Amino acid sequence: MIIVGEKINTSLKGVTEAVKNRDVAFIQQRAIEQVENGADYIDVNCGTLVNEEVEALPWLVETVQQAVDKPCCIDSPNPKAIEAALKVHKGKAMVNSITAEENRYSEIVPLVKEYKSGIVALVMNDECGISEDAAKRIEIGVGLIDRLNKDGIPIEDIYIDPLIQPISTASDMGIVSLETIKGIKTTYPEVHFMCGLSNVSFGLPKRGLLNRTFLVLCMMAGLDGAILDPGNKQMMAMISAAKALLNKDEYTMNYLQAFRSGLLEV
Amino acid sequence: MSLYDQIAEVLQKGQVAEVQRLVKEALDQGLKSEGILNEGLLKGMMDIGDRWKRNEAFVPEVLIAARAMNGGMEVLEKALADEDVKPKGTVVMGTVKGDLHDIGKNLVVMMMKGAGYKVIDLGVDIPAEKFVEAAEAHQADVVCMSALLTTTMPYIKTVVDEFENKGVREKYAIMAGGAPVTEEYVKEVGGDFYTKDAVSAADKLAEIIN
Repeated sequence: MIIVGEKINTSLKGVTEAVKNRDVAFIQQRAIEQVENGADYIDVNCGTLVNEEVEALPWLVETVQQAVDKPCCIDSPNPKAIEAALKVHKGKAMVNSITAEENRYSEIVPLVKEYKSGIVALVMNDECGISEDAAKRIEIGVGLIDRLNKDGIPIEDIYIDPLIQPISTASDMGIVSLETIKGIKTTYPEVHFMCGLSNVSFGLPKRGLLNRTFLVLCMMAGLDGAILDPGNKQMMAMISAAKALLNKDEYTMNYLQAFRSGLLEV
Repeated sequence: MSLYDQIAEVLQKGQVAEVQRLVKEALDQGLKSEGILNEGLLKGMMDIGDRWKRNEAFVPEVLIAARAMNGGMEVLEKALADEDVKPKGTVVMGTVKGDLHDIGKNLVVMMMKGAGYKVIDLGVDIPAEKFVEAAEAHQADVVCMSALLTTTMPYIKTVVDEFENKGVREKYAIMAGGAPVTEEYVKEVGGDFYTKDAVSAADKLAEIIN
């Protein structure tokens, strides 16, 4: 399971000020904590600071990578900001995100190729936006992988985002995402997946319970990556248990290690 | 329990057929359609809206209540027209160009309709000209827009500017909302009102339109 730590995002409390003031200690502390809690990538997102994103995003990458030996997930729709961040990034970055929308596709693909980064690909296009139909999403996802691959991006560098939507406004949205994951995985078993989960529980009480349960269902369908708060101990324990149960953890060694480190006491 | 109270109660349980049956019964008893609307259907929507605000009711419950409200309105509409009952006001609503997120916008539309306003829902990805055209065509009182992305939020200003350019800005109150949007931001780009959720948005209309 590839964990992307979501806590460095200017839409979260305190982060906007930290980025505006270029508060190195605050950002590095957040990065270190997330890595200690099991993050494989550190997400950096300063999209709310529209006017200074091009300067702030590379600053975030440098600041994070001075403190931890992990790659970043460069989270922005702005090609200029992405490029500036990729320029200073050490190791193999992940870019979040591309879609099958023509403009966005053509602006971002050259950057992914040049910097050999991973790429998160959202299953949406110009024609239908976000489809509510799993078959359509699978078609868009498979088409996107074909095209990215033809444009020189290896399949194992692609992370499909199946677009999680709330079950509170349409009850079948959980199933639609699960079927999308399953369907794309059938055609391209080597592709990765990456998504945030919490959208699924919008508008309902006890969201953590729904988010955790959904994560396990998604893992069963083939999800192998998630953007989340690695400080969420219940979620992380659930991931340990699900990996062990799904034979993603040989001899359950990681599960046992998590137990001995007290990580399952939640 | 009065028939009005019964309508309000079954509406909150989302029972479409039962709401329709009770509305018919009320009309058959000779009750005025305006009373059935205000004391029954709208009262029910207001109650569930309040409970939603207090985290006692949740989105799916509000949605099925709104569905029951629409069911009741189908029965009531002819009587309302016969009695010449007018909506409280007209609102033009849309999600700005480049933005396809409509869940929050749809909740706002639902609460506004539930509060007795006529809502012209333009949908998602709406260019500035369309907002102006619709506002003019429907003689709207209020123009509302949503933006869920930091990248589409600046388009709120584009819409406000379009109203200015066409020389019709002062005819409409302009309200905006969505995850990244704040009160300061709306004021800064020349809008009039910001509200943080669907219930407050519907409440705000009452202040604006009277």
